[in-house]
Amino acid sequence: MSETLHDRIQELRAVYPDPRSAILPALRLAQEEHGGWLPPAALREVADSLEVTPATCVAVASFYDQLRLEPVGRRLVEVCTNISCALAGAQQVVEAFERELGVEAGATSADGAFTLGTVECLGGCGWATVVAIDNRHRLRVTKDDVPAIVEELRGA
Amino acid sequence: MPERPELVFARTDGGAVTDLEEYVARGGFVALAKARAMEPDAVIAELEASGLRGRGGAFFPTGRKWAFVPKPDRLAKPHYLVVNADESEPGTFKDREIMLRVPFRFLEGCLIGAHAIAAKHVFVYIRGEYEREFEVLRSALEQMHARGDLLGDVTIVLHRGAGAYICGEETALLESLEGKRGQPRTKPPFPAIAGLYAAPTAVNNVESITTVTVVFELGAEEYAKVGVEGSTGTRVFSLSGNVVRPGNYELPHGITLRELIYDVGGGVPNGRSLKAVIPGGSSTPVLTADDIDTPLDFDSLVRAGSSIGSAGVIVIDDRCCMVQLGIRVSQFYEHESCGKCTPCRVGTRWLTQILQKIEDGRADQSDLDLLLSVCDRILGTCLCPLGDSDAIAVASYVARFRDEFQEHVHLGRCPFEGASSLEGILAPSALHGAHGHEHEAVPA
Repeated sequence: MSETLHDRIQELRAVYPDPRSAILPALRLAQEEHGGWLPPAALREVADSLEVTPATCVAVASFYDQLRLEPVGRRLVEVCTNISCALAGAQQVVEAFERELGVEAGATSADGAFTLGTVECLGGCGWATVVAIDNRHRLRVTKDDVPAIVEELRGA
Repeated sequence: MPERPELVFARTDGGAVTDLEEYVARGGFVALAKARAMEPDAVIAELEASGLRGRGGAFFPTGRKWAFVPKPDRLAKPHYLVVNADESEPGTFKDREIMLRVPFRFLEGCLIGAHAIAAKHVFVYIRGEYEREFEVLRSALEQMHARGDLLGDVTIVLHRGAGAYICGEETALLESLEGKRGQPRTKPPFPAIAGLYAAPTAVNNVESITTVTVVFELGAEEYAKVGVEGSTGTRVFSLSGNVVRPGNYELPHGITLRELIYDVGGGVPNGRSLKAVIPGGSSTPVLTADDIDTPLDFDSLVRAGSSIGSAGVIVIDDRCCMVQLGIRVSQFYEHESCGKCTPCRVGTRWLTQILQKIEDGRADQSDLDLLLSVCDRILGTCLCPLGDSDAIAVASYVARFRDEFQEHVHLGRCPFEGASSLEGILAPSALHGAHGHEHEAVPA
């Protein structure tokens, strides 16, 4: 077990009157350390650190969209397709990403470089279309912006 | 152009105040000192006098909510203030701008609230997708730690969510904060009595808490002069959709939809005409172009058959197919249903499927009846309003645009023939299944 993750989870525990409250932040930390998802080993580490069962961790993690129980690409591209973004042409933005990345929405590219997803409202309706790249929001993205974004991501 | 008093965003010059010294130099933390010099009961009375009501969507009087929290001598458990910063209602993006631009006014309100309900712990539950907002608040808190007199004996904890709309519902939020799946609780007991860790808890929205600071900056009497009777003060309206200048606008309650959309927002672009407006986030009933002179305050919107909700105003022009709008809205609630209550878990999926059938031209008249029947059977049958929100929204689209739904059925196809602005709408691609619950069968 990575000593630092265990230690950091102990710090999180101390923040809360009830240590169980540290599950979400602990899972987030573990996910960051495990390449963006929660393999069984990560769930076990969190469970051991918080003295709960791995099943408890799976039950919690499976509820939340940002916690992932399957591997994801190294870069995560998520396009909001809720009402306001849809009215601004989010569908075309998704199509453009599918074309440029060579992967369908909801899937990971064969080389493991990218996961493309469509997601619910990201809270940027006035700056549609909103695209979250590794949880950082790009605003007012149009389909014409997509080739340059993908080029930038491939270069990074 | 309507009057634009800035209260929540006061003294920011249109920008952000993220430096503590600068905030103090601009009059920051004077409200906190004022409130701390008052007895908690007097703080609550001042809030009652201001008429401040909750900005998260339910419009419950903030002072009264705090008055429900028992005094420590009556219930000797720790008391908690929990701030709902899980802004996720489609069409709403005001709380993030408040956290980004006036983080100290927000945190000052947290401390006033803690004083009012005798809480030593404040938890800010911020949605996991709000990365920058979290960082701004963390930096603001670090600056406040360097000045011990501000926080006093109060601890403020920033707690990040992980992607679940339902956690904006207060009891689901408390479950999530306790480290569980975010499923709503049975009420009663209400959070004021048995909230976080079964202890007395007040849960307030970011804008409400920030406005608490405003009330003590101005005094309740001055504050109540802004806005209209029953809906005092300003509101940060989130304007989006088919409008020239989308964005957040702080305006007094009672300005009309026309003033917001046309005078402030620049109207509908590209020479299109206004078809529909969703006035308070996706959970609120739709209005039509005929309702354009409706004032944006609680009572006026109820009279118009809708709700001010979260004040997320979505403008929809004449290119939009209302059946497609229904599908997209229903997909959202279906995806976000926590699965605890059957009418919501199953009903939201049924609504999506029946609407899809209508859109595809496979529906007959009985499907339209079935659609409304499912709405009826969801309403009022669940622990929380998530399913109701879908039912209320969809039923309002049928009520207000009945002819368009009828036309789909009669023509056996979408009358927009592929030209709707929502053509090709995409549901969220759940990366690990919709919250891990299996879906029941849906009528073919």
